[in-house]
Amino acid sequence: MLYEAIRLALQAILRNMFRSFLTVLGIVIGVAAVIAMVTVGQGSTDQVEADVSTLGTNLLMIRPGQPSQGPGSGVGGTAASLTLKDVDAIEEQIPSVMVATPSNSRAMTVIFGNVNYSTTVTGTDTRFLTARDWPLESGRAFYESELRTGSSACILGNTVKTKLFGGSDPLGASIRLKQISCRVIGVLEAKGASSFGTDQDDIVLVPIRAFQRRIAGNQDVSMIFASIRNGISTDKAKADIERLMRERRRIGPFEEDDFNVFDMKQISSMLTGITSVLTGLLSAVAAVSLLVGGIGIMNIMLVSVTERTREIGIRLAVGATEGQVLLQFLVESIVLSLIGGLIGIMLGLALGLLGSRLLSIPFAPNPSLILAAFLFSAMVGIVFGYFPALRAARMDPIEALRHQ
Amino acid sequence: MTAESTSATAAGPGALPASRDAPLISLRQITKIYGSGDAEVRALRGIDLDILGGEFVAIMGPSGSGKSTAMNILGFLDKPSGGTYSFGGAEVDHLSRDQLALLRRNFLGFVFQGYNLLARTSALDNVELPLIYQGMARTQRRRLALEALAKVGLKGREDHDPSQLSGGQQQRVAIARAIVTNPDVILADEPTGNLDTARSHEIMDLLTELNRKDGITILMVTHEPDMAEYADRLIHFLDGRIASDASAEKAAPDAL
Ligand SMILES: Nc1ncnc2c1ncn2[C@@H]1O[C@H](COP(=O)(O)OP(=O)(O)OP(=O)(O)O)[C@@H](O)[C@H]1O
Ligand SMILES: [Mg+2]
Repeated sequence: MLYEAIRLALQAILRNMFRSFLTVLGIVIGVAAVIAMVTVGQGSTDQVEADVSTLGTNLLMIRPGQPSQGPGSGVGGTAASLTLKDVDAIEEQIPSVMVATPSNSRAMTVIFGNVNYSTTVTGTDTRFLTARDWPLESGRAFYESELRTGSSACILGNTVKTKLFGGSDPLGASIRLKQISCRVIGVLEAKGASSFGTDQDDIVLVPIRAFQRRIAGNQDVSMIFASIRNGISTDKAKADIERLMRERRRIGPFEEDDFNVFDMKQISSMLTGITSVLTGLLSAVAAVSLLVGGIGIMNIMLVSVTERTREIGIRLAVGATEGQVLLQFLVESIVLSLIGGLIGIMLGLALGLLGSRLLSIPFAPNPSLILAAFLFSAMVGIVFGYFPALRAARMDPIEALRHQ
Repeated sequence: MTAESTSATAAGPGALPASRDAPLISLRQITKIYGSGDAEVRALRGIDLDILGGEFVAIMGPSGSGKSTAMNILGFLDKPSGGTYSFGGAEVDHLSRDQLALLRRNFLGFVFQGYNLLARTSALDNVELPLIYQGMARTQRRRLALEALAKVGLKGREDHDPSQLSGGQQQRVAIARAIVTNPDVILADEPTGNLDTARSHEIMDLLTELNRKDGITILMVTHEPDMAEYADRLIHFLDGRIASDASAEKAAPDAL
């Protein structure tokens, strides 16, 4: 009987192919939205977590600005900038800090021969490599003398190397950054993509003084990386740095900080927080769309029941029970919404794959979510198909036979 | 099925456990009122009727005299407003919708004026329909449906849709559907109403054969005296009452 009901349902659905397609569109969109969003959301969360572990959980970032501003916010507002002296003070006066290094960044075009490539130029020093735990693939780090005089030596990230030099050896070559020419002394190992598709290897390192003088034109340090000694808690190191910075920046006991110390966990939880808010929001949209989809199914099933009144009369006359008629129409609406759900799942996975490719994050389909989407669409079919099916089952056989 | 039913005599009873002389169908003071107040229509005004297993009964009467109303009640498609209906010796007045559906499925076959076949559905699938609801397995269903179609002379037309069949052929499919469950009674409301004279006589021959050979009780409404002549009992309806019953002396009705 169930087999017969499924066969009949497929027959009825295929007879009105186009109408059936329009009917399930709401379910398709709802399910596809949830699957795509959660897949991309999960992928970016995975990515952030992976980034945090490549950056190292023992890394702190110090930036000028109000505490309310996130690490992603632009220049540090009106707060006074950091200085190279701050970097040294943090490293020398705080025992829990192993190394501290400045990091000023700016988007710039680098030129080699006739190749132009726009990348991020970061002014820093040798300690950057230690703090970020980032070894060189070839060449050498900055000499002390280069750092002191701010001479134009540069270390290329792997992406920049490939873009400018292809397969050939960049060491000793001269590239142009804006108006300055600079000699390539080293190449960083490849690190891979980070959250939301930023390529960490898309970078050129120059001595901080060279950056300050020739690129920024001031003595500011916009960010300090501090790496914490093993076995010391992030919170303790953070408190130490905050105390020292308050002192150095002469902040009164009742004044607020005008700088921020972030740890990577904070950044990752903030990023995943944004992702989950977005996912939640879009899931709400998806839920509404599923509701609308369900109402669409109910509507079309009611139309179908009315159109097929005579058929129902015939079935009742030859001895179908209420339950058998109910089952037939319920199965039809379940099959209808399951087809919608399946199309939605496939579409959602395709969109999720596309999204993760575009954002260069891992593709993270969630099997239990897919199962849930499948069951949920079956449930939509049951809930919204029940009333029309009941209407069919309760028909008066004589009136049904007389119909039309 | 064939072995048993072909051996049954012309007037033999159906498969129900009713004794030879107890009526298969018995109506007592059946009334049917449609609507209420000013719109009230008294379609049946007290019908007393006994039908024995194996009878071939024709019902005639002017339009609006309550023939279809009575047929619907006899076929468990409708419930009377008053009176008692016994089928196979058991009262059916208090049965539920589903119990009535089971009675229709197991003991009755319907033939309608308008054929009432499922559109866009092959003759074979149409005939299988009652067996599906009986829960019969596919292969057995197929076999019985093919047998029934062969019996009504539609061998080779099994895959045709109703739209590909003539009116007479469609009515044969409907008869095949009615007999595929090996019913006790066929209820036919103006089965030849949409057919020309030649086709009507073919259908009547078929019904007569089912009655004589298989012992199926047949109740048929008709407006054509020619068709009524095939029956061995003729009942006239007038104004919601039975005006005459051509074999009344045999059936011995009258409960009051
Ligand atoms: N569903 C209904 N609601 C109200 N009145 C009805 C309904 N069905 C039948 N009637 C009325 O009951 C009476 C008997 O109708 P019925 O259909 O039984 O007549 P009939 O003898 O079959 O007529 P015909 O020969 O035209 O088919 C008629 O007056 C009809 O109008
Ligand atoms: Mg009638």
